[in-house]
Amino acid sequence: MSSLLEIQGLHKRFGTTEVLKGVDCAVRQSEVVAIIGSSGSGKTTLLRCINMLEDFQAGRIVLDGEEIGYETRDGVRRRKSEKEIARQRALTGMAFQQFNLFPHLTAAENVMLGLVKLKRMSRDEARTLAMRWLDRVGLAERADHFPGQLSGGQQQRVAIARAIAMQPKLMLFDEVTSALDPELVGEVLQVIKGLAADGMTMMLVTHEMRFAHEVAGRVIFMNGGVIGEEGNPKKMFLAPQTERLAEFLKSSSFN
Amino acid sequence: MGYTLNFDAVWRSLELLLQGLALSLALAVVAILIGAVLGLALAFALKSKAWWLNRPALVYVTIVRNLPILVLVLFSYFALPQMGIALGKIESFVATLAVYATAYLAEVFRAGLQTIPRGLTEAGLAIGLTRGQIRRSIIIPLMLRNTLPSLSSTLISLFKDTSLAAAISVPELTFEARKINVETFRVIETWIVASLLYVATCSVIAALLRALERRLAIPR
Repeated sequence: MSSLLEIQGLHKRFGTTEVLKGVDCAVRQSEVVAIIGSSGSGKTTLLRCINMLEDFQAGRIVLDGEEIGYETRDGVRRRKSEKEIARQRALTGMAFQQFNLFPHLTAAENVMLGLVKLKRMSRDEARTLAMRWLDRVGLAERADHFPGQLSGGQQQRVAIARAIAMQPKLMLFDEVTSALDPELVGEVLQVIKGLAADGMTMMLVTHEMRFAHEVAGRVIFMNGGVIGEEGNPKKMFLAPQTERLAEFLKSSSFN
Repeated sequence: MGYTLNFDAVWRSLELLLQGLALSLALAVVAILIGAVLGLALAFALKSKAWWLNRPALVYVTIVRNLPILVLVLFSYFALPQMGIALGKIESFVATLAVYATAYLAEVFRAGLQTIPRGLTEAGLAIGLTRGQIRRSIIIPLMLRNTLPSLSSTLISLFKDTSLAAAISVPELTFEARKINVETFRVIETWIVASLLYVATCSVIAALLRALERRLAIPR
């Protein structure tokens, strides 16, 4: 089966610091890939390149047959137009460490905004759909609350609903539980697990080794801007092939 | 001190004062509306990473904010015609106050934009919104809420600055008060009434903006 996402030779520099030094990977439809690694290894940057929140200097990202962000004409590599990039960003959904809900909109309005502005739905249609997704993350009765009136875990679930409602082909999760109190982590992981069971294709940057172990079909270990090791989590965690992964697993909370 | 207060003459001229006040308000409203639109654009220019946007914006704000408004008023009414730009006195004053309002409101808006977390823009981009849609649906509504308290004092200042139009004989409140003062010699009464009208109007503006602030407050 061909890949939904294909990344070849991805290079990313911030000024003179090279953060991604040639990343190659592919993700199949309905696959759940966890990306682990110490801070500064490039795992979040990798995720942010996929939806062009970061530009990148070399390499190709192809999602469902479309080259993301850049095009090469007559041998010259060019960034696509802002409008085209905005359209491509909607092919993926993203949930952030800091939730980033729009504070002046209710939970339902947060979910509705993209539906109204981009999918050209009427407010009623958008509201109906928003309610369905909020119900899905267990927050239908909080639909008219503002983000400031919700707990961190609830805010993150609304943020996930906001992303999913746009029906992305691929969901990106960027350390979505790192900012949460420990007792709120479970409810968010539960939602993600549900999406995985429904066949949503996902890439998750995470520190939750236990969760990666449980949900991910494959784990990518980022190390110094390249993929250090990848494979089935059950095998990888039990018998790491590289020294660096063995060290990383020892220092992380997973036991 | 040999001066007995007698408001009769001022009461008889009250209509003139109220007409002056109405013109003061009209001058302020038009200038502020123009200044708000241009000031918002200038605030985004100030925050832009492109030097050809942020440099000119900064030069504009710096020059205008460091000029006394009276100098600007006199310059545009007396000097600009020499350079071929002749406007009526009301148009000239409104344009000048708008130029002034643009610079001050740009600073207020810029400070408001500063407080909006980058993550909100990224969340908007991630959904697929364009930068224009993000500005309209997210950044500007939040920025206006953040700036309402400081906006209030800026708007009141701009309203009070309309009194400088008297310098070029625009018949607004201060000009009318001076005329009544000269015609009736009721110096104290005239200026007391004019002052009360300014204070009352400013209080109403402040109250309206506070009410707006409460209405727009985000529940938490």
